[in-house]
Amino acid sequence: MRHGKYPLIVTFLVPPLLLYLVFVVSPYLQAFQISTTDWLGYSAEADPVGLANFEALLHDGRVWNALKNNAWLLAVVPVLTIGLGLFFATMLNMGGRKGRAGVTGVRGTAVYRMVYFFPQVLSVVIIALLWKEVYHPNSGLLNGTLRAVGLPAPTWLGDPRTAFWCVLAVMVWANVGFYVVLFGAAMSAIPRDIYEAVLLDGASRWTTLRRVTIPLLWDTVQVAWIYLAIAALDGFILIQQMTNGGPNFSSDVIGLRMYETAFGSESKFGYASAIGVVLFFLTLSVAVLALRAARRDRIEYS
Amino acid sequence: MTILDKPASEGAAADERRVPRDRALRGESGAANVFSHGFLLLWGLLTVLPLLWMFISSFKSDVEILADPWGLPGALRFENWARAWTEAHIGRYFLNSAIVVAGSLTLTMLLGAAAAYVFARYEFRGRQIAYYLFVGGMMFPVFLALVPLFFVVRNAGLFGTWTGLILVYAAYSLPFTVFFLTAFFRTLPTTVAEAALIDGCGHFRLFFRVMLPMARPGMISIAIFNFLSQWNQFILPQVLMQGDDSKWVLAQGLTALAVSQGYQGDYSGLFAGLTIATLPVLVVYVIFQRQVQSGLTAGQLK
Repeated sequence: MRHGKYPLIVTFLVPPLLLYLVFVVSPYLQAFQISTTDWLGYSAEADPVGLANFEALLHDGRVWNALKNNAWLLAVVPVLTIGLGLFFATMLNMGGRKGRAGVTGVRGTAVYRMVYFFPQVLSVVIIALLWKEVYHPNSGLLNGTLRAVGLPAPTWLGDPRTAFWCVLAVMVWANVGFYVVLFGAAMSAIPRDIYEAVLLDGASRWTTLRRVTIPLLWDTVQVAWIYLAIAALDGFILIQQMTNGGPNFSSDVIGLRMYETAFGSESKFGYASAIGVVLFFLTLSVAVLALRAARRDRIEYS
Repeated sequence: MTILDKPASEGAAADERRVPRDRALRGESGAANVFSHGFLLLWGLLTVLPLLWMFISSFKSDVEILADPWGLPGALRFENWARAWTEAHIGRYFLNSAIVVAGSLTLTMLLGAAAAYVFARYEFRGRQIAYYLFVGGMMFPVFLALVPLFFVVRNAGLFGTWTGLILVYAAYSLPFTVFFLTAFFRTLPTTVAEAALIDGCGHFRLFFRVMLPMARPGMISIAIFNFLSQWNQFILPQVLMQGDDSKWVLAQGLTALAVSQGYQGDYSGLFAGLTIATLPVLVVYVIFQRQVQSGLTAGQLK
């Protein structure tokens, strides 16, 4: 029956491969080539300039400023999100420990899990626009609350000192629920008798979490780390919709810088592609570093 | 609050059912339970309040919104919804999004399943290379491709068309879809396929009649994942669907609504638009929450 397999392989593989080569592979390859030209938009002229774009990048204060903000996102968002995710997942899966009952979740686990996951199904655009209103200095939910209890009402997104951190908080808000569910799923895969044994040995809740749960979840935490690190290098939609990088570039990120360079007031396609290439290598090295740093011995339970 | 009163219905309930509820023992860990419930409730409120506020504000008048962010609407002003639906064309954009995603999701599933099946079940020259070519696409940030993609789509005469968006959405969904489904097809037993082939079943029939039905759980998971990411897509339409605003997708319509709201001060219209965009997704999610949660997290756990 082997003679019949090639028609199927060809019909099944050629259409997806074609689509993928045309719309994904070829743009990625072209991006590297365009990044070495001085292409200025819609004209056909594009002279090769070697690595001049990358050299210019080194002296571009705006780009460095944007990268600095991405570095902050990278340093804060994964730690906060994973920390909160692990905390809530632990509460939901084993917060309700009751004597000989072993390890169980608190009451209402399913409802909490459903609610926490809400932001994950919403479009980032909706989240950005909604939070922009929450932070609104006059009619916003946040300042409405602050005024109601007699506290001063800052301008949040209008203040260069706070704008970036407000967006960062939304990023954490939008992601925590997903990781609660992800870690929860991984936790429920841990055999219950391990916990029963630990309980019999009289381990405290904190020790159980630190010595048993987290080591057994390490693979999942590592995956979470990589995803969040990649997300931290992006942040484009939230920033563009909430602050557009402002006020005065205080909340700029590299994705927005690239978008503005290519499709904003100027259309420096060569230079924008160079930013894209830098972003690619940053993403790659962050992923590799996260894999390396988080590497530990795999624990298998049989 | 319903959050507290509803018993855990699924998941954790499976563990709880085996364990008889012991009232006396429950009291001992009461303090810890109050503590954990406090944090869980706080995060639940943080998640729900902005959404609830958006929903309530969509019925208020602009004066009410500006005067008191916490106040309830004086009347259910459905005219806000009507205004968002017709004047801001949220209805039309909703339909546009539905058309585009219906097309792109079908195409993604068809091509993704076909390619993944071939990678998982057939041995041929160049299989490894082709597979890693597909899967490697997951590593690249979409920003890198943005500039060349703009020209690829324009040169193909697909700029500003739904066909263009459908093809591009599908192309960029393929890496993860192929990765996920290849792993899934590999877990299916080979004996059934061998038996069918010996019985004289052709390779095409084998796929459509035997393998595809067997792969249903995996197909559903990845379909949910792709539906949400394509429905919430923002950067691709913003670059590839500029100009003609009658063809915009929902995310674009919402940002346009937010911009015009900024000029006109039509807060209630913005909240109504956001609510209209949020409600259907949220309702579908609440009904199919288990499938959605496992669909979105399954890929990460592999």
